Amino acid sequence: MPFDCPPIPSAAAGRPSSATLRAMTLTLVMAVAPAAATFFRRDRAKQTPAGQDDSPLAFIAAGFVFGIVLGLAVLLFEVLFITPAAADEKARPWDDVRISGFAATEIRWFPEAPAHGGQYAGAEPSLVINPEFRWRSQDRRHRVAFVPFARLAGRDAERTHADIREAYHLYLGDEVEILTGFNKVFWGVTESRHLVDIVNQTDLVEDTDDEDKLGQPMINIATQQDWGRLGLFILPGFRERTFAGDTGRLRAALPVDEDAAEYEAGLGRANVDLALRYTHVIGDVDLGLSLFRGTARDPRLVATGLGTLAPFYDTITQGGLDVQYTTDAWLWKFEGIAREGQGKSFLATVFGFEYTLYQIAGTDADLGLLAEYQYDGRDPADGAGVLADDDVFLGTRLTLNDVQDSQALAGVVIDRDDGTLFFSVEMSRRLGTDWKAELEARMLTNVDSENGAYAFRRDSFINFRLSRYF
Amino acid sequence: MKLLPLPRAVEAALIFAFGLFLLLMAPAHAEDAAKKGFEIAARSDRSDRGFKDSRVDLHMILRNRAGQETTRLLSIKTLELPDEDVGDKSLIVFSEPADIDGTALLSHAKILDPDDQWLFLPALKRVKRVSSVNKSGPFVGSEFAFEDFTALELNKFTYEFLNQEACGDLTCDVLERTPRYEHSGYTKQKAWIDTKDFQIRKVEFYDRRGDLLKTLTLRDYKLYPPRYWRAHRLDMVNHQTGKSTDLIYSAYEFGLNLGDRDFVKGALKRQR
Repeated sequence: MPFDCPPIPSAAAGRPSSATLRAMTLTLVMAVAPAAATFFRRDRAKQTPAGQDDSPLAFIAAGFVFGIVLGLAVLLFEVLFITPAAADEKARPWDDVRISGFAATEIRWFPEAPAHGGQYAGAEPSLVINPEFRWRSQDRRHRVAFVPFARLAGRDAERTHADIREAYHLYLGDEVEILTGFNKVFWGVTESRHLVDIVNQTDLVEDTDDEDKLGQPMINIATQQDWGRLGLFILPGFRERTFAGDTGRLRAALPVDEDAAEYEAGLGRANVDLALRYTHVIGDVDLGLSLFRGTARDPRLVATGLGTLAPFYDTITQGGLDVQYTTDAWLWKFEGIAREGQGKSFLATVFGFEYTLYQIAGTDADLGLLAEYQYDGRDPADGAGVLADDDVFLGTRLTLNDVQDSQALAGVVIDRDDGTLFFSVEMSRRLGTDWKAELEARMLTNVDSENGAYAFRRDSFINFRLSRYF
Repeated sequence: MKLLPLPRAVEAALIFAFGLFLLLMAPAHAEDAAKKGFEIAARSDRSDRGFKDSRVDLHMILRNRAGQETTRLLSIKTLELPDEDVGDKSLIVFSEPADIDGTALLSHAKILDPDDQWLFLPALKRVKRVSSVNKSGPFVGSEFAFEDFTALELNKFTYEFLNQEACGDLTCDVLERTPRYEHSGYTKQKAWIDTKDFQIRKVEFYDRRGDLLKTLTLRDYKLYPPRYWRAHRLDMVNHQTGKSTDLIYSAYEFGLNLGDRDFVKGALKRQR
């Protein structure tokens, strides 16, 4: 039985109608959000007539149609769900359809005046929708997931975007698992930088922390054996990194023209990338090895001469190693990569620890202390600049362990070469049962003009998000 | 009064034997209590032997001092490892509150060492190996500590038999059990185990100062074929804070044919 079958009889009786209600709400939201996005777009186009590309419009229109079709499909499911209510409870295969996800409203405020011409000042409001549809067969061997995502941003047209985070079929055999479709995978162990994590493209307009990712089309074949887990990823269809638009904050002095992207691979976006992943647990050690061959997720940005930057995506080969040693209240972490094909070959690493003090001062709260060192050996002359070239991260994580799951993570990255400081605070707390409030602040200070973050020197911001989960 | 005439040698032998008996009795009384305690605990533990695997839905109701309630919904899969020197494996998947839907915790229990634990965070799709020395911390904000929630392995405690007394309609053996593992929040626990079905009916938890901290009542026992008892209602009351947590178990399933590969870190991300 799935977990969506509440154990309380009264709750179970009330479920079908609430599920229908949820499905209807979802249909409405899914239809309205892209429609509103379209409206915003038209509004923007009027203000900035210069060369607005209409392919995102087409994408949103597709999202609109998709939303309606999907909503109807869900409704159909719900109708089927209710109609044969008298039938044998255990015989209904659609019992296992689950709808969840969230809708959020967000405001991102930049206290400082922008550094580059055309950028907005002040705050940007956003709406975000991220529903999840999950189904599994009665024998649990087949799973289907569909997770669309859309953001409607008020000031930067490039931040208004939609994506398919997940849309896959997963087959679980006795010896092999095969996943086909869009999915997100995470590799790695460290906190301040995700170095070995390479399968998914970063959805950079979402956040600067590399944790928001675009759905990646893949065929993933994995096997779990006594000697570990081995997976092959066939990745057809490259996803381009998202960048802030002309009016957007957190961009380089020149805006990135995503449509001018060029590829080393002859097939461009159609190039098929390959990856291998091996993980194993040996006592207190969690080990991960990875190998990637294909188009780099992080492009070099090349001036076009037209007042814009064009992304150039190299073809790379990258080997990665991630290790965590867990002992007592200590987590010792290491990630390292060797990359070839993006300018000169180079090594990069991030390693450190997390130590947790449990139940501090007689309370239920835990306090984690984090320290990591970041090194990146790529040649800045190759144009694929990174901020984490020789930096130290110090952080602290406070978990209250209360009913609202209140937690906070605060940290600073210190550039050892030029003293640039990057502060970051993330706080979250559940409100009631279905709401969640999140506050995020990122602040750059003492930015050296030679530092890769110099273009963002006035882009410290505070982001507040209120989410409704369903 | 004259005793029956016994040969002197026999008399001496009897006196010696009686002396020896007394000599052995004195320490044996304490040893007996420990032995009896262990035997009662073992009988209770072993009444559960051989269930192999199970799956259950759990509804948690967390109540603060003012009586305000919040709920959690989760499911628990358990894989029994029959060896008493190795703990069971378990996989907990949350479905409510909605913001932690899909969050999963995999535990490979150890007897005296900290358990191996991995946490799956669905938003990032990230699996994290986490430290499990936090035995006495609250489990998801409830009055159950991690150590109350993980499998009660027989050899995690030393035991002492205290007395026998009535508990509801049943008679219970009362044991004192002392955690042998590190980082426990308790100096001791008192457990009531009935003499009919050998199930735990009540547990009192004493904090690091030795004061009564919490009382756990286990009710609504049901028998699953062929012979496995499961409580469906666990109420934990914290006497020091006035807070309480109820656990309501439902839809127990056994014989699922689960194996080690269902309890590996790679399985965490495909729980829903």
